[in-house]
Amino acid sequence: MIVSRRSKRWFYLYIPLGAILIGTLFPFYWMGVTAFRPDRELYVAWNQPNFNPFFTLRPTLEHFAFLFQETLFKRWLLNTLFISLLSTGISLFCGLLAGYAIARLRFPLAGPIGTWIFITYLVPPTLLFIPLGEVVRTFHLGDTPWALILTYPTFLIPFCTWLLMGYFRTIPKELEECAQIDGASRLQAMVRIVFPLALPGILSAGIFAFTLSWNEFLYALIFISSAHQKTVSVGVVSELVRGDTFFWGSLMAGALMGSVPVAFIYSFFVEQYVSALSGAVKG
Amino acid sequence: MNWYRRVTPRERQEWFFAFCLLSPAVLMLSIFVLYPFSKGLWLSVLNTEVAIPGEFIGLKNFIKLWNDQIFRRTAQNTILYTIAATILKLGLGMIVALLLNQLIGFKRIIRASMLLPWIVPTILSALAWKWMFDPTFSVISFFLFHLGITSKQISWLGGPVLSLTSVIIVNAWRGMPFFAITLLAGLQTITPTLYEAAAIDGASGWQRFWYVTWPLLMPVTMVVVLFSVIMTFADFQLVYILTGGGPANSTHLFATYAYQIGIGTGKISEGAAVSLAMFPFLFLIVIFQLWYIRRGEEVKEESKKKRRGR
Repeated sequence: MIVSRRSKRWFYLYIPLGAILIGTLFPFYWMGVTAFRPDRELYVAWNQPNFNPFFTLRPTLEHFAFLFQETLFKRWLLNTLFISLLSTGISLFCGLLAGYAIARLRFPLAGPIGTWIFITYLVPPTLLFIPLGEVVRTFHLGDTPWALILTYPTFLIPFCTWLLMGYFRTIPKELEECAQIDGASRLQAMVRIVFPLALPGILSAGIFAFTLSWNEFLYALIFISSAHQKTVSVGVVSELVRGDTFFWGSLMAGALMGSVPVAFIYSFFVEQYVSALSGAVKG
Repeated sequence: MNWYRRVTPRERQEWFFAFCLLSPAVLMLSIFVLYPFSKGLWLSVLNTEVAIPGEFIGLKNFIKLWNDQIFRRTAQNTILYTIAATILKLGLGMIVALLLNQLIGFKRIIRASMLLPWIVPTILSALAWKWMFDPTFSVISFFLFHLGITSKQISWLGGPVLSLTSVIIVNAWRGMPFFAITLLAGLQTITPTLYEAAAIDGASGWQRFWYVTWPLLMPVTMVVVLFSVIMTFADFQLVYILTGGGPANSTHLFATYAYQIGIGTGKISEGAAVSLAMFPFLFLIVIFQLWYIRRGEEVKEESKKKRRGR
């Protein structure tokens, strides 16, 4: 039996890939359909004859209207944006300087400090959240955005440092040495020559750090208690679920709105994101 | 012992510069990682509760945990969860990476949409899964019913076994793209000539994978697996949203159990002890990872020397 090359390609590549792709994306489709579906269509059991999962003929914006008018969703979006931008900024600043020092300068303890930063990269937030909560309380940061702006860098700085360190190593040393011969100080050579050349790396680290802080949940759940200080993920989970009642329409509308900003940024910088992702692993 | 004298002013200048550059990062990590860690160790030997300062009680918290049935169940769950989810992610991720590597058109768009589960806030996509798992309105049950696999109502998050399975599936769904994309990056560094050589020697597709791809991918695979094992072992969000540790505390992981005790019931010290129970395992993994990276670097150095020798 002769199997043509083309049908083989369908069988071994397109069909399995298509199936996996559908599995990967279906939850997002479902999220979207639910968000636009009116309530009376939503709560139809799956074994009823009129259960129609895939589309709705009466799309509605009522869940979005509820979200923006009846809850503090807009405020949560702004909070999350503010917190993510500031913590990314702080982490990039610390990571740039530390990454440069470890990659370029000779000093005692360079090895141990590098290893220590790598180890903190591997410390999961769930190991420290209870004592960290106590530390936040001691500094009187509880229930303010600063509790998150200052704690998110604990997992962002090691990541940024590690990524940028690798990036600095790819920039030839000679460039800096030339600048220094021309009379630039070490600091000037670093800021004027090395940092601009590392811009793609900085962008990768920044995008990755931003999505990580946008997506963070545990610290935001524990350190923030008042409704108007919450971030999107905590706000949606805690304010749209009353006891055992889930308002699925507005929950999915909130989930969609909370996902769109990161997906949007990501779609512009896929390449940077991917290079950060695989760079973080290669070290 | 005259190392101090041999330091030239230039070197000392460099040390000072390095010190200045490192201080912001080191300061932040000391206040918010090192200090909380030591504080956690200290809390775990006290009996602090919310608004009660607590006294030193030695290892009583840990002894209590050792005799706690729920804690034992939690430990079992966490190990099972980590192993099952990691195997699933590695298997699926490898398949996807191999498929994507053969793709010619639409590469970017397909790769980008494959990564979406990893980009989107986990808590929000977990909510979508919770809705898909809803016993009465489950779209998954609808599919299975129409494919003729089941005719009953399935309570996806109801029973202990099925609910842990469901959480494992969602974890694999979320983590698979990370495996796929990093393995794909690894695959692209393998030169096609190796496959051509293997094909000339008459290797089958499977043999080419097993004797060429797999060993060459090993370093990347190891790093990804170890990283993912740490994050899966310490996972919180999926269980928090999907089952909340229930039914009857049967699906807790260390992190969710620590949350329930430490934050939920306010027994801060006991909660800190539960969190710290993760530490020995994480410590072993990190040590192993450091050792593996060092070894990789040594191998690289040696092969460089050999090449120079020729």
